[in-house]
Amino acid sequence: MACNMRTDLLAGHLIGKRRTGDASVVRAVLVDRKTIVKNILGSSNLIIRTLTKPQVETVERDVSKGRFGRFGGKYVPESLMTCLGELEAEFNSALRDTEFQAELATALRDYVGRETPLYFAQRLTNYYKNSKGEGPDIYLKREDLSHGGAHKINNAIAQAMIAKRMGRKSVVAATGAGQHGVATAAACAKLALECTVFMGTKDMEKQSSNLRLMKLLGAQVKSVGGNFKDATSEALRDWMGNLESSYFLTGTVVGPHPLPSMVREFQSVIGKETRRQAMERWGHKPDVLLACVGSGSNALGLFHEFVKDKDVRLIGVEGAGFGLESGGHSATLARGDVGVYHGAMSYLLQDEEGQIVRPHSIGVGLEYPGVSPELSFLKDTGRAEFYTATDEEALDAFQLLCRLEGIIPALEASHALAFLNKLCPTLPGGTKVVVNCSGRGDKDVETLFNHKFHSM
Amino acid sequence: MAIAFKSQIPTFFQLKKNTEAHSFLRFPSQRLAVPVGRRFTPMAALSTAPTVGLSETFKRLKNQGKVALIPYITAGDPDLSTTAEALKVLDSCGSDIIELGVPYSDPLADGPVIQAAATRSLARGTNFNAIISMLKEVVPQLSSPIALFSYYNPILKRGVEKFMFTIKDVGVQGLVVPDVPLEETEILRKEATKNGIELVLLTTPTTPIDRMKAIVEAAEGFVYLVSSVGVTGARASVSDRVQTLLQEIKEATTKPVAVGFGISNPEHVKQVAGWGADGVIVGSAMVKVLAEAKSPEEGLKELETFTKSLKAALD
Repeated sequence: MACNMRTDLLAGHLIGKRRTGDASVVRAVLVDRKTIVKNILGSSNLIIRTLTKPQVETVERDVSKGRFGRFGGKYVPESLMTCLGELEAEFNSALRDTEFQAELATALRDYVGRETPLYFAQRLTNYYKNSKGEGPDIYLKREDLSHGGAHKINNAIAQAMIAKRMGRKSVVAATGAGQHGVATAAACAKLALECTVFMGTKDMEKQSSNLRLMKLLGAQVKSVGGNFKDATSEALRDWMGNLESSYFLTGTVVGPHPLPSMVREFQSVIGKETRRQAMERWGHKPDVLLACVGSGSNALGLFHEFVKDKDVRLIGVEGAGFGLESGGHSATLARGDVGVYHGAMSYLLQDEEGQIVRPHSIGVGLEYPGVSPELSFLKDTGRAEFYTATDEEALDAFQLLCRLEGIIPALEASHALAFLNKLCPTLPGGTKVVVNCSGRGDKDVETLFNHKFHSM
Repeated sequence: MAIAFKSQIPTFFQLKKNTEAHSFLRFPSQRLAVPVGRRFTPMAALSTAPTVGLSETFKRLKNQGKVALIPYITAGDPDLSTTAEALKVLDSCGSDIIELGVPYSDPLADGPVIQAAATRSLARGTNFNAIISMLKEVVPQLSSPIALFSYYNPILKRGVEKFMFTIKDVGVQGLVVPDVPLEETEILRKEATKNGIELVLLTTPTTPIDRMKAIVEAAEGFVYLVSSVGVTGARASVSDRVQTLLQEIKEATTKPVAVGFGISNPEHVKQVAGWGADGVIVGSAMVKVLAEAKSPEEGLKELETFTKSLKAALD
């Protein structure tokens, strides 16, 4: 279903951005029926984007080398290069191995609890109806119902199986909010692998319940001064010292190739299920996909299946923290510029010296100064749109879902839900919106009650 | 463009060291138009620093049958003025090439000692421009060439072209970028060559032979052989794989090979030199000396003693 243009939103001047440097990225400032017009940020600037066919083909061609336009690649010390090559070979072999795929499918069904429901949020839908009683239909993809409480397990179990396949005895990982740590610890327990998780001291304070869960599941948790970005650096260093015996289990779609592609591949089950479920429920594709963006794993997991479907709108929501002008936010795609971090070229929150900025968001899982190279590419080509939500807006959305649907979302996913406030008034009645409820919020209850803005 | 004059008569020690290649030192106060042994750059990066490049230094040492001592310190730890003094100390105590690290917020290839040094340096407000100003003053007083050690993102942020030009302008001769693999070095190499900077490349024990050959083919200045798989940091002993690796590299190239990571005492230095290395790099151990000293002045004194002990192992 094509989205209509809201002429009342056309204001100010048009901005068409053209990026040079890579022949594959050209943005035409053209308007046609398939074009989406947005003025969500409330400013008088309008950004019109449209995707031309060649860009999608370019993505396919270069993905095997880990490049998405100019983004991605492998920017790591030489010590890691051979290991990454082995990992890529193993990954490709596992993908083609029917036995591995069957084993994974069983694990996803019986251990993770897939498929996750596509839930029609009736009361939330009613809440957003306008005075004429019209509004989009809001569905939640219930990744919060997965084992461990978030989508992270989809990737953790698959990669733990690959580690086992490669004959590794131990797994090392880094975690932010703790969900990836918990998922990895669980998968390692199931597959009899030793597990070491690095976690930032700041994150340990904020998500202490997950810390305890990891220990219960048998993982050794090592603290690193700082937050997720520091934990990731330390995990990478630890891996570099133990390349033969250890497997670096990445939790999200960043890092040197093949890591982003591996995670995206294993998370894409979310989008595949959604397509099938949408077809069953209302007979066609969803119109709008909405997901929060920290590094991009749940967003890409939902989006990837639909990237070639130009009539499906892809919207990512990052953490604006205390506000985009405050300096305390995690909005990498909104405010960052291109750099190289943790092995890949992508958008990055950095200062004028190229030093990496420590980000902030109430959604701990959103606090990462980098972002997926693939999402960076989707942003540049205009295939996906990215907005932000502040801590306050996320807290409000958190409480709203609790009260209207009896579902407690994670604070990260609450950012996606918060964006419904701005999105719904612009959508015609009957538009099918699927929000990725990427995790449940039990871990965030303490944060909510301690926060001065809660209404409890 | 500022042109640095060598304001003092070189010490006897320095003259003694630089007899062959530096005949121009007989007239120290003269402005040099084309430094001997250096690539001429159309950018007219005039510098009176009486040092030659990395390759030339190795050539000279080889003729003398000597192995290069290459210390590493992090700029700005404990502070830039101490770094300036440390560079002079290292230079006068027998270093042949000095590696200077540009502090970075997320140094992936570094172990706890150098990580901590970078954190302290950044907390003090050390930035690239301050390091460049310091080098502008100090490099003309040194006889050893300087190679900068910097991660890729700060270089990209500044712009590769601008970065290379800026460092050349203050007399830096070489560059090591640890998080850029061979495949991504094209733009770095292009700009480095344009500005007469030698881009050193790293090879490691996990690098297969074919890849190693491609790396040594492209490397300039010298080949950096990482002695062990992992991050920087002192280790109890140097893996004897290094001996085999050195042989393999020397079969593939005549370029000089320096070994680094984990080398922390005179015994290690002697051992690695005995295996055929053309140079020995000592990093964390140096940084530790400065970091653990009770005061910067004491640190410099201990640095002097330590450097001399390492040099003695090479004699």
